[in-house]
Amino acid sequence: MAKQIRIALRNCGVIDPEKIEDYIARDGYMALATVLTELTPEAVIEIMKKSGLRGRGGGGFPAGLKWEITRKVNADQKYVVCNADEGDPGAFMDRSILEGDPHSVLEAMTINGYCTGASKGLVYIRAEYPLAIERLKTAMKQSREMGLLGENILGTGFNFDIEIRYGAGAFVCGEETALIHSMEGLRGEPTVKPPFPSVEGYLKKPTNVNNVETFANVPVIINKGWEWFSSIGTEKSKGTKVFALAGKVNNVGLVEVPMGTTLREVIFEIGGGIQHGREFKAAQTGGPSGGCLTKKHLDTPIDYDNLIAAGSMMGSGGLIVMDEDDCMVAIAKFYLGFTVEESCGKCSPCRIGNKRLYELLEKITQGNGTMDDIDKLRNLSTVIKDTSLCGLGQSSPNPVLSTIENFIEEYHEHVKDKKCRSRVCKSMMQYLVVDEKCIGCTLCARNCPVNAISGERKQVHFIDQVKCIKCGACLEKCKFNAIIIN
Amino acid sequence: MAKLESAKTLRELGKSLKEKNAALSQKDNPSSTIQVKVTMATCGIASGSRPVYDYMEQELSKRNISARVSKVGCMGFCYAEPTIEITMPGNKPVMFGFVDIKKADEIIERYIRKGEVIEGVIPINYETA
Repeated sequence: MAKQIRIALRNCGVIDPEKIEDYIARDGYMALATVLTELTPEAVIEIMKKSGLRGRGGGGFPAGLKWEITRKVNADQKYVVCNADEGDPGAFMDRSILEGDPHSVLEAMTINGYCTGASKGLVYIRAEYPLAIERLKTAMKQSREMGLLGENILGTGFNFDIEIRYGAGAFVCGEETALIHSMEGLRGEPTVKPPFPSVEGYLKKPTNVNNVETFANVPVIINKGWEWFSSIGTEKSKGTKVFALAGKVNNVGLVEVPMGTTLREVIFEIGGGIQHGREFKAAQTGGPSGGCLTKKHLDTPIDYDNLIAAGSMMGSGGLIVMDEDDCMVAIAKFYLGFTVEESCGKCSPCRIGNKRLYELLEKITQGNGTMDDIDKLRNLSTVIKDTSLCGLGQSSPNPVLSTIENFIEEYHEHVKDKKCRSRVCKSMMQYLVVDEKCIGCTLCARNCPVNAISGERKQVHFIDQVKCIKCGACLEKCKFNAIIIN
Repeated sequence: MAKLESAKTLRELGKSLKEKNAALSQKDNPSSTIQVKVTMATCGIASGSRPVYDYMEQELSKRNISARVSKVGCMGFCYAEPTIEITMPGNKPVMFGFVDIKKADEIIERYIRKGEVIEGVIPINYETA
């Protein structure tokens, strides 16, 4: 049996996304027809609840429950929002769905409007996704022309229309309250929940926010039944998950596997193993909000709850594979650098705390860290997690905590031995000339960009450690293996 | 396309489109044709699928091979982009990776015209719902 089952990606690579006929030929809009003519909103919500579909944007909140809460609030106007503000480094699941199968998202949003009582939908999409926007616009135009969007859909008297709102690429705007404020024309900053958007969201009206991938699952669940959907996956995580498999793996790509598939199957069977036959070291799931999974997690079935238990999270589905050449302290620093840039600055734990965390990590990677610093990292991380306002701050220390948890020996080496085993942290490295091997050809000295190498022809050369910027040019040029890294 | 007045008309349209599409890949069907799908999502375009698409479209008609060339979304094989999928009537779809103009020419001449087995096939490793 194939390891991958494509549900959310069922039409990607199969249909022409600019032709509505291609979508209709693959049961497109049939779920909408069934819903509008044969089912009550309550019945549809019941199907969604029984299917066990959980939000694919990261949190994993049960979709059917969210729909029900939005439905139950009394209001003259409600909204359906599709969160297409995909911002994790290395993640491109939502973009692929919107570029390959835009109609499935439109259809699901319309179904959601029928269930929750909303007549208006908004797609919040990053302006950096021009092709996805173009295809979404084409799809909306076509479905309006065919009476599948707009007024009196399929002659049933149901009205629902969709507009596009552009995000400027701020990571925090993927958080639903920040997203809503951004759509309202305000600063993209989160606010305290409750009230949840389902109760009070866009323009203070009940707003059902779901992610692109969550929506893409909906039409199939209606067409094939909740029993079919819930037969895939694990006890508490149903269906499949799309992962953007990236990093040092042979077959980089977009994979969709049933929940409960192990990391080993994803990386070694689907992904074809680690590049250049190197050793697997860790996999980062959930992007800057997630954590590292290590060798001991290779056989853990991937689902929402197991990932949290392992100190990571599902996130939106980024899966970055690392090998022995990656320094885990530097990785933690990289992700934290991202969070520091993307923090909106509204609450102090996230604004100041993450900056201090970053400075501590910088100190350690430069070889100036102490054992106290590691304790400080731990304590501060916990405080930031506990006291930040939104999901960004509450999860930003995860890469730090999980690397400390799983790779404490690397932290110790950086602090005690001033050594980086992966040779990533340059300030701890020294390029040295091996006296016995150097024949004085001057090649290294001529190629050194900062003139840090001195020595006469046919004499042993010398590298000035103060001037050296550790670019590695000498090592690359030397034909006699006379340069080593200490 | 005309406005659909009811769920019934949509279902009828769906049925007829489905039959039409199925006929495309049936061996002895008079309306069957060679189907060429070129990955044209951001990832594919970035690695050069647009010239491949143009080439396939122009060359197939220039060489009098009847085929339906279409743009599709991401097939998921980022490592092998640009990828194209060819369905010969009566056969299973075959996916090729790392396709450039030279490879496209080889695919037309050797795989499509002569039915030879050529290098560069990417195994399709998923089921679709």
